[in-house]
Amino acid sequence: MAVVAGQPTATPEPENPLTAGLERLPVAPTTLVIFGATGDLAKRKLLPAIYNLAHEGALPERFQLVGVSRGKKTNEEYRVECEQAIRQFSRRTPDEDVLKGLLEQVKYVTGTFDDDAAYTALGKVLDDFEKQAGEPLNRAFYLATAPSFFPVIVEELGRSELARHEHADVRVIIEKPFGTSLAEARELNRRVLAIFDESQVFRIDHYLGKETVQNMLAFRFANGMFEPLWNRNYIDSVQITAAEDIGIGTRAGFYDHTGALRDLIQNHMLQLLCHVAMEPPVNFAAEEVRNEKVKVLLSIPEPTAVEIPDLAVRAQYAAGHAGGEDVPGYLEEPGVPEDSTTETYAALRLEVDNWRWAGVPFYLRTGKRLARKITEIAVTLKPVPHLAFSQDGSLGVQPNQLVLTLQPNEGVSLRLGAKIPGTRMIIRPVNMEFLYGTSFLSQSPEAYERLITDAMRGDATLFTRNDEVEAQWRICDPIVTAWAQTPGPLPKYEAGSQGPAEAEQLLREGHHWRAI
Amino acid sequence: MEKSDAVWGEEGTTPDAIAAALRRLLVERHAENDGYVPARVLNMIAFVDREWSGEIANRLRGVGRYSASRLLVLSFEPGRERMDAHVSIASEGDPGDGGIVLLRETVVVDIGEHHLDDLLTIADPLVVSDLPTLLWSPHGHAEVVDELLALSQSVLVDSVDEPEAQEAIERAFALSERAYVVDLAWLRTTPWRERVAAAFDPPRLRPELRAIESLTVRHHPDSTVAALLFAGWLASRLQWEPIPLEADPGGLAGHARDADHKDVQVRLEAAPELKVRGLEGLTLQSAHGHRLRLDRGPGGLHAHDRNAQGQERAWTIPGASRGETGILGEGIRQALLRDRTYVPALQAAQSLLG
Repeated sequence: MAVVAGQPTATPEPENPLTAGLERLPVAPTTLVIFGATGDLAKRKLLPAIYNLAHEGALPERFQLVGVSRGKKTNEEYRVECEQAIRQFSRRTPDEDVLKGLLEQVKYVTGTFDDDAAYTALGKVLDDFEKQAGEPLNRAFYLATAPSFFPVIVEELGRSELARHEHADVRVIIEKPFGTSLAEARELNRRVLAIFDESQVFRIDHYLGKETVQNMLAFRFANGMFEPLWNRNYIDSVQITAAEDIGIGTRAGFYDHTGALRDLIQNHMLQLLCHVAMEPPVNFAAEEVRNEKVKVLLSIPEPTAVEIPDLAVRAQYAAGHAGGEDVPGYLEEPGVPEDSTTETYAALRLEVDNWRWAGVPFYLRTGKRLARKITEIAVTLKPVPHLAFSQDGSLGVQPNQLVLTLQPNEGVSLRLGAKIPGTRMIIRPVNMEFLYGTSFLSQSPEAYERLITDAMRGDATLFTRNDEVEAQWRICDPIVTAWAQTPGPLPKYEAGSQGPAEAEQLLREGHHWRAI
Repeated sequence: MEKSDAVWGEEGTTPDAIAAALRRLLVERHAENDGYVPARVLNMIAFVDREWSGEIANRLRGVGRYSASRLLVLSFEPGRERMDAHVSIASEGDPGDGGIVLLRETVVVDIGEHHLDDLLTIADPLVVSDLPTLLWSPHGHAEVVDELLALSQSVLVDSVDEPEAQEAIERAFALSERAYVVDLAWLRTTPWRERVAAAFDPPRLRPELRAIESLTVRHHPDSTVAALLFAGWLASRLQWEPIPLEADPGGLAGHARDADHKDVQVRLEAAPELKVRGLEGLTLQSAHGHRLRLDRGPGGLHAHDRNAQGQERAWTIPGASRGETGILGEGIRQALLRDRTYVPALQAAQSLLG
């Protein structure tokens, strides 16, 4: 049973009149604890994000950082590691004074994640910070560990009475993947919610922290011109693509246990689908936005075993060419078992069975070693009812297509029919383009900067709720199960190509995959 | 990344010829590679004295990504008869495969006194239609600003540039009735406003805001206006009734009346040791004995807090100084936003001056 957050508070707090007009709202004094403090995620993303928040003066009034990990080291040794990570991965050159000031607030606790003594030591460090601050500090526990440790850490936090704190908020931030199946996700939710309230839990899907993903909501709900067309009467199909041109690199250990469906479709791409298909929320508060997304996910029928071969395609890349070089196939990549049946390409055809979208296919595809790197959403409108321009030489009136590109060149493009200059009425498609980068002065902050700030502020809008995660798994789990039961070898596609020919079978008559 | 420019120049030119050159250069760059795309965010008109135009160009170069999409520099030289112009379209590097590179356009027009009567017809064809326009006249020229406001939605000022605080505030207030004012003096107070807002944000501390009994703001000797704006902000947000301050050794002093009609001591102190414009520090004291002191320091603001029980704590709130170039860049960015708290702060600052 999913637990939904959002209990009304008993007494409204007096407003802070000083926050009006400020672009950056205050963040309550917080101690951020990173479990997995010496891991790749912490070094590449979290520590640089925290530094950049410090640089911009965006950290809370009082801020402390505690790293927890197995390796035995002193506070000073961990500070040196933090400094190196920040210097190597920060998006800006560090200001020496700011960096020094930040590192002075860093402490390290050694211990395995199932070791009671580590949590006792952590509790003492947290208490010491508060004595020094003279006030209770909010606590945010960031689980940047392997997923198998998530329930272990959460239960240890509960056992050591760190999951609640008098006069301060305690939050837990959980990285993806949130389970590798519906059953695992439910079990993880059960174990997390046995210790924390849903309102304390922040499940990260870093895609939601990207400006361009958030901009999709502005695009849909701040512009009156699209909404009248945004339904089954005018939209013929929706195609969501997340293509990468690179292979798995050195991530064989992770990737071969995950695959394209779990890595991207179950989380990021279903979130993109929700942004396309959701109804306008009453407001942009966390619960309202997430309620609308859950409605979309629940409107997608759970695929049955019989339907799956018609709804889902998987494949592996074979040797080919990428970036002008010969590249190996997936099974030849170092660390990949030669009989692996892990998919490096997955495509689905889903439907959102509700009043707005009934009958409109949503095509999702993702893969590694495809022709190029692109993430886009293409919304194809239905053709005009009568074609008056069918003269010879015309490329024809093609249906309008609205393409929202998330990367690499964020923007929106609208395909229109236009007359070719000359004496005859010959039509060809042209594009009207808006490029995000041309129209704003500010640089987009890194997704983790936004998400860490939001979690410390307790704003869960850009995080995935328990029922949302389970609704995502509800759609993907039958496919994962069916594929696990189907022996290999998998269909192949040449590295650097458009993907497997088998993907064509998902398309309805008259539909085509867009060129990657 | 390598920077490349397309350039054009002509002596004895006309606005039409300049506009045509701009169009032609854009077409040429696009034909060279369709990954070159013009930025389309903001026009900026800078009216500058020609003898200082190099310094202004340096300042504007420093703002980096906050550069206006099209910068029109009207470079004024007393005695000049002929209109000369120089156009450059700059890009940071080359578009990679399938990538884009933004183009930014700079138009410098050298003009003299007799062009001032036709300033609108010179500037109008040279700004991009339908983009917001920010006007900046760093060397004064109030009459020119008044005329060019017809083309602009926002105007950039630095109230600390005016020799007299009273005049600065009156001028900013007059401008605010015609356009959105981005005041660099106000932007210098942003970190201070953010930190004071954060300090009183915990719900248990919010009632302290109604108990503030004294405010001291320490400022660069040339930045009285920044201090007045900070005090004006606090007064307007907390519904204090400002009462004119009086000259005092080292600054201005007096009081305001809070929402409960109690006196709040207000003191603005010049800090000669401060080397950069803006605020040096501030102290807030509540009737309950709570005192918060913030001071500028290396790596951020240094906070010193004494609670109602007399316990004292000190810490640093990290944050890098933006420097004057950063402030200017922020000013350009703010032209696209709207801060509704500036004008009330300005009004309160005006009342504090009497």
